[in-house]
Amino acid sequence: MRRITYREALREALREALLQDARVFLMGEDVGRYGGTYAVSKGLLEEFGPERVRDTPLSELAFVGAGIGAALGGMRPIVEVMTVNFSLLALDQIVNTAALLRHMSGGQFGVPLVIRMATGAGRQLAAQHSHSLECWYAHVPGIKVLAPATVEDARGMLAPALADPDPVILFEHAQLYNLEDDLPEPFTADIARAAVRRRGDDVTLIAYGGCLSKALQAADRLADEGIAAEVIDLRVLRPLDTDTFVESVRRTHRAVVVDEGWRSGSLAAEVLARIVEQAFYDLDAPPARVCSEEVPMPYARHLEEAALPQPAKIVDAVRGLMGRR
Amino acid sequence: MIPAPPSGPVPYPREFALRLLADMLRIRRMEEKSAELYGEGKIRGFLHLYIGEEAVATGAIGALRPEDNLVATYREHGHALLRGVAMNAIMAEMYGKREGCSRGRGGSMHLFDAATRFFGGNAIVGGGLPLAAGLALADRMQRTGRITACFFGEGAVAEGAFHESMNLAALWRLPVLFCCENNLYAMGTAIERSESQTDLCAKAASYGVATRRADGMDVVAVHEAAKEAAESVRAGGGPCFIEFQTYRFRAHSMFDPELYRDKAEVEAWRTRGPIHTYSARLKTQGLLTEDEFQELDRAAMEEVRGAVAYAEAGTLEPVEDLARDLCGAGA
Repeated sequence: MRRITYREALREALREALLQDARVFLMGEDVGRYGGTYAVSKGLLEEFGPERVRDTPLSELAFVGAGIGAALGGMRPIVEVMTVNFSLLALDQIVNTAALLRHMSGGQFGVPLVIRMATGAGRQLAAQHSHSLECWYAHVPGIKVLAPATVEDARGMLAPALADPDPVILFEHAQLYNLEDDLPEPFTADIARAAVRRRGDDVTLIAYGGCLSKALQAADRLADEGIAAEVIDLRVLRPLDTDTFVESVRRTHRAVVVDEGWRSGSLAAEVLARIVEQAFYDLDAPPARVCSEEVPMPYARHLEEAALPQPAKIVDAVRGLMGRR
Repeated sequence: MIPAPPSGPVPYPREFALRLLADMLRIRRMEEKSAELYGEGKIRGFLHLYIGEEAVATGAIGALRPEDNLVATYREHGHALLRGVAMNAIMAEMYGKREGCSRGRGGSMHLFDAATRFFGGNAIVGGGLPLAAGLALADRMQRTGRITACFFGEGAVAEGAFHESMNLAALWRLPVLFCCENNLYAMGTAIERSESQTDLCAKAASYGVATRRADGMDVVAVHEAAKEAAESVRAGGGPCFIEFQTYRFRAHSMFDPELYRDKAEVEAWRTRGPIHTYSARLKTQGLLTEDEFQELDRAAMEEVRGAVAYAEAGTLEPVEDLARDLCGAGA
């Protein structure tokens, strides 16, 4: 057991991958000399050189596409995109090429590519650097979408993502890089299952990424009121581990989904739909959602806070389901 | 102004000279039959024919080695064929049959073949260029000695993907041979109506990419340009861009009523047709007789007949396999 930050955990995972497999290389904007926009790759250029820690031009479409090509050509690229907002410049290559290629080619060409990007709000970076568009990618068959929300997952998810024969997108919530926690040994390294982060019998809170800590904070407050909340971390946004959250809801009979994405067409909507499809008769109250307000993320601190899911909103939602408003 | 038809001596041994002709005929006859089958409803979806442009794929692919990578567009039947994908598998693909080179998943626009390193069949204009840069990057990092040939139309030059890929390929000196098939129309939009700078080589050159221009109706000019460029790319000289000036004799796709160009223009370009002008040159040189031409043509039609029979006899993928190959083994 060691205490490290989420950032250090990601860096350790990258370093391990670069050491273990000569086919692995890291490429993206400012990953090298700058040390990574969020300092994740600091020191890696010095250790592995500019071929394998490769700075790119501000050219998301081309370097993500080049990552796809390099994966087809036998390499195991890790492409870093600075934020999910910028990844929209590469959406064509991710959706129209990486995700489709295996199926469209009749199984001949897989794309073993890992794309990492920062996502989410909370640092007053305003509307073009703060959105949470994980569900856009989670909509697309042919790619896997991961959301490490803990130090352990930041450390453990990269290796199985690289071993996966298909494209995997890793969403790192920008608020988590400084998160410090104990890293268990050995650490979990699966990219298939959701995780129960807290046990409880009265209500199931389902969250991922940056919202996990908010759900856990809400669960603490609810405990003070005598409500035992179970907290599930989705971890894998595509394919969703439906069994884990449906099993929990069958037991607690109540569900609140917490999602930093906009409410309409959100991942939370998909999770709710599955609960309603598979556990309707087990529900004691209509399932609820706490999502971001449907506005572009504002700069001013109080407005940004108001736009995002917060522990207090989650507590309120749960009280509503328990008839304790 | 339409240039004079290609002329002059063919500087190749007879066997190679005739192979170029035979390959152009194979594409032509396959495409003509495809159009006919489209009319019969055997081939559906979009069908983009290469008729008129055969010299480009023939001359350029003739300059590649078998181990090289090829990335193409949705007008790629000819490229697949000359890369070595069996005509049977191409025709079966257009029929949507399991025996097709993409198991019937791709159709006309998405031919793929791992065995011949044929990476599609990309129907997003410009989408193949970043892919080609990445394949070349992988080859450079693994020191394979391979090069990647990337075909695209002049319409792709308006896409950001073109400019970003030129920059990346030149910046990293990647072994890519960019083959621009300038047939003057991006679907129905003439180049002078869509490009502020119609000198395509100037655009590539502005990124530090070596450029050439060749008459895309002249298989000799195409082959010579591609051969020299491929050698330079393979020798580590960085990417090369070739503009092949060509012309599409048929409509953009089978849905295109061709309202955007004069019939007279098409007829004028037909005088520059790559097959009849090349045959005439071979005959003048005494490398080809009319009987030999007929024999090559018969062989091409025979291959097409066999491919159609193969496709007709092909089987449909069971619906239960709809989600097959969405993810790889071990995923």
